[in-house]
Amino acid sequence: MTGGNGSTLAQPESFEFSAENIERAQKFIAKYPEGRQQSAVMPLLDLAQRQNDDWLPTAAIEYIADYLDMPSMRVFEVASFYTMYNLKPVGKTRIQVCTTTPCWLRGSDEVVATCKRKLGIGIGETTADGEFSLTEVECLGACVNAPVVQVNEDYYEDVDGQHAEELIDALQKGERPTPGPMNGRQMSAPEGQRTTLLKEQGGT
Amino acid sequence: MLRDEDRIFTNLYGLNDWGLEGAKSRGDWDGTKTIMEKGQDWIIDEMKESGLRGRGGAGFPTGLKWSFMPKDTSARPSYLVINADEGEPGTCKDREIMRNDPHKLVEGALLAGYAMHACAAYIYIRGEFHNEANILEAAIDQAYQAGLLGKNACGSGYDFDVFVHRGAGAYICGEETALIESLEGKKGQPRLKPPFPANVGVWGCPTTVNNVESIAAAPEILRRGATWFSSLGRPNNVGTKLFCISGHVERPCNVEEEMGIPLKELLEKHAGGVRGGWDNLLAVIPGGSSVPVLPKDICDTVLMDFDSLKEVKSGLGTAAVIVMDKSTDIVRAIARLSKFYKHESCGQCTPCREGTGWMSRVMDRMVDGRAEPHEIDMLLQVTKQIEGHTICALGDAAAWPVQGLIRHFRHEIEARMESAPKSIGASGEAA
Repeated sequence: MTGGNGSTLAQPESFEFSAENIERAQKFIAKYPEGRQQSAVMPLLDLAQRQNDDWLPTAAIEYIADYLDMPSMRVFEVASFYTMYNLKPVGKTRIQVCTTTPCWLRGSDEVVATCKRKLGIGIGETTADGEFSLTEVECLGACVNAPVVQVNEDYYEDVDGQHAEELIDALQKGERPTPGPMNGRQMSAPEGQRTTLLKEQGGT
Repeated sequence: MLRDEDRIFTNLYGLNDWGLEGAKSRGDWDGTKTIMEKGQDWIIDEMKESGLRGRGGAGFPTGLKWSFMPKDTSARPSYLVINADEGEPGTCKDREIMRNDPHKLVEGALLAGYAMHACAAYIYIRGEFHNEANILEAAIDQAYQAGLLGKNACGSGYDFDVFVHRGAGAYICGEETALIESLEGKKGQPRLKPPFPANVGVWGCPTTVNNVESIAAAPEILRRGATWFSSLGRPNNVGTKLFCISGHVERPCNVEEEMGIPLKELLEKHAGGVRGGWDNLLAVIPGGSSVPVLPKDICDTVLMDFDSLKEVKSGLGTAAVIVMDKSTDIVRAIARLSKFYKHESCGQCTPCREGTGWMSRVMDRMVDGRAEPHEIDMLLQVTKQIEGHTICALGDAAAWPVQGLIRHFRHEIEARMESAPKSIGASGEAA
């Protein structure tokens, strides 16, 4: 979730892309027809967020508006509409637990409870040291591998309470466990013996 | 059961290399130029003949959709837009195509784009699929380097580009006109139709929006022929389909099966059956969260295709089968979907913006039995006032799960009200 009125939020005075990100921004703009540079607003907001510890200060929104020749309110509308843009600071490691029905049926309540207990924070909160944020999210689109937990960009799947415990232990040690199903199954194939694609070799 | 030889998505489980070499070994990019040489009209006719219906939920005939695009592109260019904003709860098939078989999608983009005289394809992928988008972009790069895309794609003399556009977290962008708005760099709020995208789409140009699975199936259909594809399934519901089986089954999975497979057979052959046995089944949502839930007695015999599920007042949707056994609190399961639609409503139309919140609050009370029996009919009435009264189908999608619950599980809602302690129950307030 994005939002926040910013009343107590320290907003940086200014923002500009690094040289490397200017190069990237130009590549994004080049994907769209001439004069349609506004189409690049989403990738540019994403770039700015990555450059700024994963949140978008007002200065970055205004900078992108100038960059793309858009009214800043139009950019703000986009930044506030989509859930992946953070309008206030977030933890370095963002733990997002899917709780929509398919994940809930497979035990996401237990995953949420474990995350809260291990991190000592509630939903929508960040740990005091700024290391971890915890959110509940809507369907992540990996429902046959439910419950799903997204950690920054990676999906951890088939997560039960025990796995959630192990996952957070590892993250707290600064490790990044291999993403994917935590019960060792092959992606979205049924666990154990496959019922289709029987001649295919490879995989695990 | 569908034979392995008739499966399109042969790397569905990522057992082999997703890259160009692996894709070629599975038959992708084989004779693409030859197919293009048969001409645009031939491709569209073959797709019509195949009977493929859109795999994103609505089931509109794919070939017919392509035929709506103008043949003269001298005034305005045409675009193909591929909807990879997969987010319908229960659905997780396009993700597997993009990370394990991306070349099927890229080749399909070229063939579909060529058939509709488009100059480029934009693949709109949900932002959360970060790693999947990276693989897809790498596959596109491979195709460019091999001369399969770009100027003179596949040596056909036709120029065609494919781009990836990443979303940033909004279910509504799976609606085609919201997706177009988003691609133009705006909030994803649906447009009124008409004009339809085939006339005025992205940047004011003719546009066709297709689902990933529809486009990725096209090359194999064109190679093996319309007759092969239409020989599978039953009339008006032909071909193969990716099913996503989640919830209370022994072995949740994705699987490609023949259209029209009985639901019971699908679950028992591929997903190890319902947890605790078939008699432990309570209900199934057969096509993603937007379609009405079905109780066990219908699940006993229903076939998994568009027309069969429509006959029982549900739908095939995205073929995402959400299974619930008798341990499920069915009211809570549907209430959670109401919360989902409340969260995802874009806020543009009043019936949806206000209605999804209203439904969600009432559903939450019904979970605890904190409601009066007459409120069930009031809730049903509200769903009818949302359904059909909004610009896009999100309003309908929010209404149908609640309608399905009331149709088949009214007794459950009522029983809960009776057993709720009177001290916390029975407030007449609406929400």
